[in-house]
Amino acid sequence: MSETRTRSLPLAGGFAATAAARARTREKAGKAKIEAVNFNFYYGTFKALDQINLAIPEGEVTALIGPSGCGKSTLLRAINRMHDKTPGAHAEGLLTIDGESIYGKDVDPILLRRRVGMVFQRPNPFAKSIFDNVAYGLRVLGERDNRRIKERVEWALRRAALWDEVKDRLNATGTSLSGGQQQRLCIARTIAVEPEVVLMDEPCSALDPISTLKIEDLIADLRGSFTIVIVTHNMQQAARVSDYTAFMLMDPKTRAGQMVEFGPTAQLFTNPTDPRTEAYLSGHFG
Amino acid sequence: MNGTIETNMLTYRRRSQVDKVLRGCTILATAIAIVPLVLIIAYVLLLGGAALNRDFFTDTYRPPVPVGIDPRTGLPIEGTGEDAPAQVQAQGGVLHGIVGTLMVTITALLFSLPIGILAGIFLAEYPDTPFNTFIRFCCDVLSGAPSIVIGVVGFTMIVRPSGTYSGIAGSIALTFLMVPTIARTTEEILKLVPNAVREAAMAMGAPMWYSTLTVVVPTALTGIVTGALLAFARGAGETAPLLLTIQGNSNLSFNMFAAMAALPILTYKYIESPFPAENQLAWGTAFVLMMLVLGVNLLVRITTARIKR
Repeated sequence: MSETRTRSLPLAGGFAATAAARARTREKAGKAKIEAVNFNFYYGTFKALDQINLAIPEGEVTALIGPSGCGKSTLLRAINRMHDKTPGAHAEGLLTIDGESIYGKDVDPILLRRRVGMVFQRPNPFAKSIFDNVAYGLRVLGERDNRRIKERVEWALRRAALWDEVKDRLNATGTSLSGGQQQRLCIARTIAVEPEVVLMDEPCSALDPISTLKIEDLIADLRGSFTIVIVTHNMQQAARVSDYTAFMLMDPKTRAGQMVEFGPTAQLFTNPTDPRTEAYLSGHFG
Repeated sequence: MNGTIETNMLTYRRRSQVDKVLRGCTILATAIAIVPLVLIIAYVLLLGGAALNRDFFTDTYRPPVPVGIDPRTGLPIEGTGEDAPAQVQAQGGVLHGIVGTLMVTITALLFSLPIGILAGIFLAEYPDTPFNTFIRFCCDVLSGAPSIVIGVVGFTMIVRPSGTYSGIAGSIALTFLMVPTIARTTEEILKLVPNAVREAAMAMGAPMWYSTLTVVVPTALTGIVTGALLAFARGAGETAPLLLTIQGNSNLSFNMFAAMAALPILTYKYIESPFPAENQLAWGTAFVLMMLVLGVNLLVRITTARIKR
């Protein structure tokens, strides 16, 4: 525990330190990056997540699947504390990143979010130029060197497979792009600061099939460099892009989300251990 | 079966007639609403436009003199007889009013912009508490308050203690009027900024003040500027608060700590004058005020159109 604490400290040092921390964590591939132990989440008195246990492996793609209302988005957003501003929302139990409690007393959510980036359901670029959108996170981290910012922006746009489409109009507003391009811009914006974890909340649900395919290719490409957690309604998508899959369900009585089964995607899809998983995967409900 | 269709056609015909009548009513009501507006604009343009000349913009107050007397020297003008009709005319202009209005209103804008915008950000971006609700209520009451009340407050709080009417007192009174307007428009505009944008900035690890300044406010900037310009136009046209705070001045004065002139006050004074020539000056100032408001509105439209594109 004490070792992980010191390891997470460099995130206070801004961009360079974050990159260094990433390089260190890369060496320890195969370990659990994010771990939930008896994790509960409440909206006021309503229990939205009940006794979640989960170990999301580092450098892999983990999909959270399940029918609507099963709490998969709540769990995803709990990982970078996006609920902090929701009145009454609070967590119980343990949720850790690199062994450090995410809901610990002295954790600064701002520093946490610099390690855990997020891509949303609807593309949400800022009303700024394409360049400034991608540079935003770097500037948040305090990067002032324009040459370095330029390098990072190009790097991120290349990784997001968007560079060739926008390199001649980096000054056009981000909102002038098509929906699929906007979503890739948002991914570029997220990975520009090289977070350790990228959360994706149904990143393709507002997109057409071709754009969806491009995003899926992109996820496959980012695999290994980032720990990716993706929430999706689309089981085929989970099967296509993820290494591990977590299946969640809502308890019909308490309406709280529960973890039914978690395992390697291939195993969960071909040989599920829980009959409810099998029923869901074979289309019996949800 | 046939019967049902017959009935439906009847219903349809009746509905389309009702539709026509209602449309006629709305057009009529719109026309009634527009007629006075057009009349006012035409009246001010015709009468006010006729009052404009070079002196109007470059000269200050001149006392009315009988026809044939040079107002500058008080001597008879060569060539006009003593027996000319004793008609009285005024010459001169309203430069002092233009200067006063601009100085007082711009100063008021400088006071109220930071206060109003920050208050608007507070109301829109921070979670609702009873305190927020109270502030919002105060803003609504204050922006609906009769402007003479604001004048009385300015008179009692600033003019009385300081012992003198002053431009600065007028600016402060106008600030009372403009702050709630700017705060509320800023709040409304900020609330239109989609939450997704705030979440995106939050997920990038931006602290709240940073995302507000770099993402939320820039997204809403057009609207905020619009609100500020409209508040400026409203302040420039106010008469009652200024009457009780800057009093008016017949001379050109740049001293913000003494009585100043303003266009609405000049309109008010000149339109009551027994001298037709001074009445004409009143129409002229009305014209200038109207052009100011019109110009500001046009500016708003042009800037918003340009930014939208």
